Amino acid sequence: MKSINWFHYAAPQRFYPLAGRLVPWFGTLAVVLTAIGLYIGLWVAPTDAQQGEAYRIIFVHVPTAWMSMVVYLAMAAWAAIGLVFNSRLSSMMATALAPTGALMTFLALWTGALWGKPTWGTWWVWDARLTSELVLLFLYIGFMALHSAIDDTRRADRAAGLLAIVGVVNLPIIYFSVQWWNTLHQGASVTFTEAPSMATPMLMGMLVMALACWMYCIAVALARVRLIMLERERHTVWARQALGTA
Amino acid sequence: MNWINFGDFLEMGGYGLYVWGSLGMCAATVVAELMVIRFRRRLLAQEAGDERATEEHTA
Repeated sequence: MKSINWFHYAAPQRFYPLAGRLVPWFGTLAVVLTAIGLYIGLWVAPTDAQQGEAYRIIFVHVPTAWMSMVVYLAMAAWAAIGLVFNSRLSSMMATALAPTGALMTFLALWTGALWGKPTWGTWWVWDARLTSELVLLFLYIGFMALHSAIDDTRRADRAAGLLAIVGVVNLPIIYFSVQWWNTLHQGASVTFTEAPSMATPMLMGMLVMALACWMYCIAVALARVRLIMLERERHTVWARQALGTA
Repeated sequence: MNWINFGDFLEMGGYGLYVWGSLGMCAATVVAELMVIRFRRRLLAQEAGDERATEEHTA
């Protein structure tokens, strides 16, 4: 088996065409999986005995909430690699993930509010789970604001990267908040250790939508990192060729 | 099959506002995110083209 030399792709001019080839694949997978997931979620899955049809928000709420944390972890990991190895592309990846992560966090909060109103009787409570998720949104916004406030891009990478790494401490707080504190938010619906308590089509719909969300985030992050590469390297020969101005 | 007709599907057992409000916001923000990327790409190509034209003009 021929091994792939990953460092080969650490140079933006080599990663740019690779990412360009990957985007349509992940994008197509996202569209197909969303169609399947919504079909299962809206047609196949039965009405919930307690919550009626309101529970169907789960098919977007849980996937976006998961991705809000996964994307943050990926962003902080790329930021850390960027800080340790001083690699440009890693920091660009971190920057490319931030807006999508912020969007996932916003959607988790939005769909949560629309789910909370009919089931809890309120849009919002200052409960540990909800509050720590809001803090996550502020961390994303802080990362983007700090990055754009510093003119020197490499210094911006380092400062915002450090913020991203420190903010990782919030992730276990979000994840375990429903166990550590008495929250209005329910406990985990799916765990690695126990058999799921949900009906099979409900669980299937949720997992397919989660997978769709993964694919979407990867596709958009790759599309955005290509853009960031061009923006930062616009005066180089390869970027000019890619922009069609060479 | 959970729904008698399309109206029933839209109504979502009385929770239509909440269910469609969730799905609708997801769809809207996803479209917006993709449009922003496309717009930034176009703007960049335009700016780079302008810069190039100025360089050639002054050279």
